[in-house]
Amino acid sequence: MSKTKEEVPEPVCVATVRDVTKVYRLGGQDVKALAGVSLELKQGDFVAIMGSSGSGKSTLLNLLGCLDRPTSGQYLLGGHDVATLSDEDLSRVRGRYLGFVFQSYNLIQQLSVVENIMVPLSYQIPVRPDGRELSTKLATLVGLAGRLDHRPSQLSGGQQQRVAIARALVNNPHVILADEPTGNLDTATSNEIMDLLDVLNKTGRTIVMVTHEPDIAERAKTVITLRDGLIQSVEQNWS
Amino acid sequence: MNVIQQLKLGFRSLMLHKLRSALAVLGILIGVTAVIWLVAMGEGVSYQAQQQIKDLGATSIIIRTIKPSEEANSDSGSRSGISYGLLRSDYDRIITNIPTISTAVPMREISRDVRRDEHVVPAQVIGCTPEYFSINRLPVARGRPLAASDLRGLENVTVLAHDVAERLFPIQDPLGRAIQIGTEFYVVVGVAQDRTAAAAIGGSFSARQYNRDVYIPLKTFQKRIGDRVITVRGGSFQNETIELNQITAVVDDVASVDASADIIRALLERYHKTVDYAVVVPKELLEQAETMRMMFNVLLLLIAGISLVVGGIGIMNIMLATVTERTREIGIRRALGATKGEIIQQFLWETVVLSGTGGLLGVAVGFLCGPTVQGVRLAIENFMPDVWSTLPSTIHQLEPRLAPWSIIAAFCISVGVGIVFGIYPAQRAANMDPIEALRHE
Repeated sequence: MSKTKEEVPEPVCVATVRDVTKVYRLGGQDVKALAGVSLELKQGDFVAIMGSSGSGKSTLLNLLGCLDRPTSGQYLLGGHDVATLSDEDLSRVRGRYLGFVFQSYNLIQQLSVVENIMVPLSYQIPVRPDGRELSTKLATLVGLAGRLDHRPSQLSGGQQQRVAIARALVNNPHVILADEPTGNLDTATSNEIMDLLDVLNKTGRTIVMVTHEPDIAERAKTVITLRDGLIQSVEQNWS
Repeated sequence: MNVIQQLKLGFRSLMLHKLRSALAVLGILIGVTAVIWLVAMGEGVSYQAQQQIKDLGATSIIIRTIKPSEEANSDSGSRSGISYGLLRSDYDRIITNIPTISTAVPMREISRDVRRDEHVVPAQVIGCTPEYFSINRLPVARGRPLAASDLRGLENVTVLAHDVAERLFPIQDPLGRAIQIGTEFYVVVGVAQDRTAAAAIGGSFSARQYNRDVYIPLKTFQKRIGDRVITVRGGSFQNETIELNQITAVVDDVASVDASADIIRALLERYHKTVDYAVVVPKELLEQAETMRMMFNVLLLLIAGISLVVGGIGIMNIMLATVTERTREIGIRRALGATKGEIIQQFLWETVVLSGTGGLLGVAVGFLCGPTVQGVRLAIENFMPDVWSTLPSTIHQLEPRLAPWSIIAAFCISVGVGIVFGIYPAQRAANMDPIEALRHE
């Protein structure tokens, strides 16, 4: 990784969510997925979002991931108010400030490991000339040095998730958003992936993770529990 | 991403479904090949026609005798026979009255059997002047052409066309030997070179077959054969008097062809009660042929264009399937920062790879037009001789001519078709909701 020593004397605020609501219209009825959520992400945070299904955790993650705009409220990311951005600007903000890790890895099948890691770079302006070297470095970092030219179908689930994590790092994002990153993995592999996320967090990465497994959530520094579109509790883990 | 990366990515995405992509490529390939082949054949046919017309000469005006219709001459009295066609006085008037005409060559022809010993060949006996050979570009292969002295001296000499010479003298050298036309003997002084047929003129549909001619001096023709032709038709004698069958006038400048032709028409109109002549201007024929060629090409392009559109629909079809199948990929790319525009670009490049590959292969197959036509022709000739003999000579002699513009046009159209038919699927891909797309199984 390029930035292993990021010195953080005063934690910088990377994202601010202020009283955000999200209302869907379902069958002529308004459904409030988020009823007013506020939170602040500082650099180096490792937040786990928990909650039963329907609690609004996926909606919150979509909003944090700039895949959706809030109905009301403010979401500030990298100096932009996300609610006011156009579709194109939203794409640019995603590409610039965010890294995604999904439950089902979501790698592109026709591309090799290195090429998958490079995908976010192809949407960066200007184009980085050293994209391939950087991607190779990241693949090595996540422990896939010997599999650079493999296709996703030739890798195990844990290895695929490592590729996804490397891909989430390649644009040096402000926040890494992980949606049930261990949901499809066995316990041993889950622990390996969490160890990797831990290492990244220790080197200054800000990580927001949605999970429904308490033992996975325990490894985050902060656990936010949602219920009916509202924050029910915020717990700090000091391990 | 630069163009090469885009093309590479497009190619690899298409390789996910090899057969499907290959079929879409095939659709475009057939379209492009159709454009190139059809245009090449059209060009070949019109080139043939144009060559034949050019052989007549761009600066010449051909005036031919045509037999007036039966009703028109019924009052002239069938007892004494009918008299029609160009007159020797017409020739004199044309040569003296029209200053733009540099040469005029009178000609008289009749079908007669030509014999030598036991060989009898049906031939076209042509009475002409020495200029006839140069005007019609009829080089003499052996011996000499007719000379002015032959005409003055009313000599019984003859120049044989290639085929006639071959059939009358299969072994011997014809030069210096005698042949018989009617009751007269003529000494062969020359043999003309082999010559392909020229364009049909003067209301006759058959091309002018130079290879069956026997040339004798015009004056000799008048003296020995005469103007009167008696034929037996339906049990009664037909008695026709024709002085000249054709006058070929050559103008010194292409620009004055049309004006000179008009003067000739006016001149003939005054001295002929019935229209028993036709004025043919090869230059006009050439222009007509050119117009025909254009119309022909437009028609062929239309047909070929339709097949390209069909190919385009094939491309659209598979791209729509591809977009649906790769919904997940679209969602991933959108999440990782791709704008709608970049998604559109990606899928457009993919269609360009498809149609461009089809286009290139189509051009390659297009170049095989000549050999293919040759092969098909040989196959028909050897395995279906009955069919072969019924085909018109245009097909026998057809040489497809690849038109460079058609190759460029076909390729550009194919890529254009790819883009046009790729836009809708690409837009559909770009307009997907990224959240929905990511959830898609």
